[in-house]
Amino acid sequence: MFSVDLLLNALVAGTLLGGFYAAVSLGLSVSFGQLNIVNIAHPAFVILGSYVAYMGNSRWGLDPILLGLAFTPVFFFIGVGVYRVYYESFERKDDEALRGLAFFFGVMFIIEVGLIMVYGVDFRSVQAPYIGQNWKLGGVGVPTRMFVPFCVSILMFAAVYLYLSRTFNGRAIMAVAQDRLALQLMAADPVRIKQLGFGIGIGTTALAGALLIIIIPIEPSIGRLYIGQVFAIAVLAGLGSIPGTLVAALVLGIAESVVSTFFGPSWAPAVAFGILLLALAFRPQGLFGR
Amino acid sequence: MKSFGKKRLFGSLKKSLGAAAAVVGVALASPVQAGDTIKIGFGMALTGGLAGAGKGALIAMQVWAEDVNARGGILGKPVELVYYDDQTNPATVPGIYTKLLDVDEVDFVVSGYGTNLIAPAMPIVMQRGLVFPALFGLAVNEKFKYDNYFQIMPAGPEPMTDWSRGFFSIAMAQDPPPKTIALVGADAEFARNAVKGARETAEKLGLEIVYDESYHPRTADFSPIVNAIQARNPDIVFVGSYPPDSVGMVKAATEVGLKAKLFGGGMVGLQFASIMTALGPKLNGIVNYDFWVPEPTLRFEGVEEFLAKYQTAAEGKGVDPLGYYLQPYAYAYLQVLDQAITAAGSMDHAEIGKHMRDAEFDTVVGKVKFAPNGEWAKTRVLMVQYQGIEDSELATFTKQGTRVVLYPNEWVSGTINYPYAE
Repeated sequence: MFSVDLLLNALVAGTLLGGFYAAVSLGLSVSFGQLNIVNIAHPAFVILGSYVAYMGNSRWGLDPILLGLAFTPVFFFIGVGVYRVYYESFERKDDEALRGLAFFFGVMFIIEVGLIMVYGVDFRSVQAPYIGQNWKLGGVGVPTRMFVPFCVSILMFAAVYLYLSRTFNGRAIMAVAQDRLALQLMAADPVRIKQLGFGIGIGTTALAGALLIIIIPIEPSIGRLYIGQVFAIAVLAGLGSIPGTLVAALVLGIAESVVSTFFGPSWAPAVAFGILLLALAFRPQGLFGR
Repeated sequence: MKSFGKKRLFGSLKKSLGAAAAVVGVALASPVQAGDTIKIGFGMALTGGLAGAGKGALIAMQVWAEDVNARGGILGKPVELVYYDDQTNPATVPGIYTKLLDVDEVDFVVSGYGTNLIAPAMPIVMQRGLVFPALFGLAVNEKFKYDNYFQIMPAGPEPMTDWSRGFFSIAMAQDPPPKTIALVGADAEFARNAVKGARETAEKLGLEIVYDESYHPRTADFSPIVNAIQARNPDIVFVGSYPPDSVGMVKAATEVGLKAKLFGGGMVGLQFASIMTALGPKLNGIVNYDFWVPEPTLRFEGVEEFLAKYQTAAEGKGVDPLGYYLQPYAYAYLQVLDQAITAAGSMDHAEIGKHMRDAEFDTVVGKVKFAPNGEWAKTRVLMVQYQGIEDSELATFTKQGTRVVLYPNEWVSGTINYPYAE
């Protein structure tokens, strides 16, 4: 069954969904893609961000996105602290490959259990004026609970991209995994730079978490569902490429939405991961990798 | 100096992690005390995807244990619950039940919550010939055919099709009756079974299935699915979904403006207080399964006293504050075990099993009688319609008339608003 309206709806829904995927994957693209840190706990930090938004929204009626923004610096410093522990315990001893992975698994479980102990296991949601509205543009629907996260995601990408590409520290973050020695010759401390980069990666999860809870209700372990998705986007993007992450997320979002609309939702994950496999076969460095 | 600082930092970190681990251990396993008690063991989803319901069930079971011990126990012995967190992970279940039986030496085992966590315990229970009261498994015994399996969810003797029987009964009673149906469900155990049953019934009734799809459980946006359903213009839409998907589906149906005449069926989560308050008026018109709602036809003896105790015990624990869905049944499956032990007058599983197969039990969820396959002898999956919801306050959902019972006939408490789209 095909109609132009259906196709336009699928494209719009996919674009908005892709924007959300991009927000959730951005931090991982920095930590995994640019810093070579396999932060398997990334989705758990996103859920932590969701709970921060929930807490402020349910207790004081504050806007979840503003809360996400306000807590971004807090998450940045949490990221800095986590990296410091990771560095001292594993990276400094060249022991990060397997034990580092186990460390982030541990961090993920600690976050989950901590959230269960504080908030319990019930599903949590937020209220905001833009949740539940739907704009109609001809035959195309634009749900505001997806449109607002999409816009926030684009702004977050722009901010991170500008910082990484226009500032000395930003360029140092992009260089640190490639050539530590060259970075040291430029009088930059690689550990401090990675600490900064990891902090930015975790900082983005505060806002990404707020976007997540706008879209779906959350419980402490729901982040596990998204581990595969966020790593797939980071790899498809070409490890470390910020524009690549946005494009890869949009490609997966649109592919899922179009396939779901015209061929059935059961095919959507297969097609999305099929795209990843094809990209890896013909362009192993990813869409924007060098 | 620097290295001393680091040592101190990591020393205290180690201590903190150790302390956290100890707290988790205490929180997840009940203390086992020696003495002449009746020990009832089980695994329960206290973390993971089903923990929301699992923790609520545990509180209900603890309320039951307190009630029984307050009246002097069973056969004069106090009861003690021994439980472990199965993490909503079926792989943990065989180990938990083996430990319960061989190390903790419990007298009885009952199941944790949900089909996926009941099935892995069955071989162990069957090997030892134990009675096995089960909590909310859908058609688990179809393959095992174990005669000491007793499942408390009121799905009925043919659970796969009985589950959605009410949805179709309501649909076909409308004038004119529907001709086309869309089926959609999550690609996971319960939802697959629910949709499979609905598909069989739809085919028997001669309904044309215009959409029949499953989706991945991590689907975040349901607009493409609802748009695709809308394009096929079905008269009715049956959904088998889990809590986050149910929310996504309802939001997408509202945003897209789904024009179906009947929408709902097997959506898990719409019974939970947190989700009802999140969706508020968007729920109006949906016809969905339920097991207990505060309607006058369902005021069974003891249910309100139980709910009052549960609601007090659940305060501040991050679980469903109302406890209407699973909790009365978690209390009831232990009531059944209690009454069967008392009637048998011994701890002999064969005797107790025989009594459970033959007798009818009085519980907080009404009279319970089991069919030979261990399911309820007669289905009582309620189909309720959300009506007149104007806000998102918790108190709204405690009122009579917000979830009107439309099926089965003997429990009906109101009339349907039809079609859904209006």
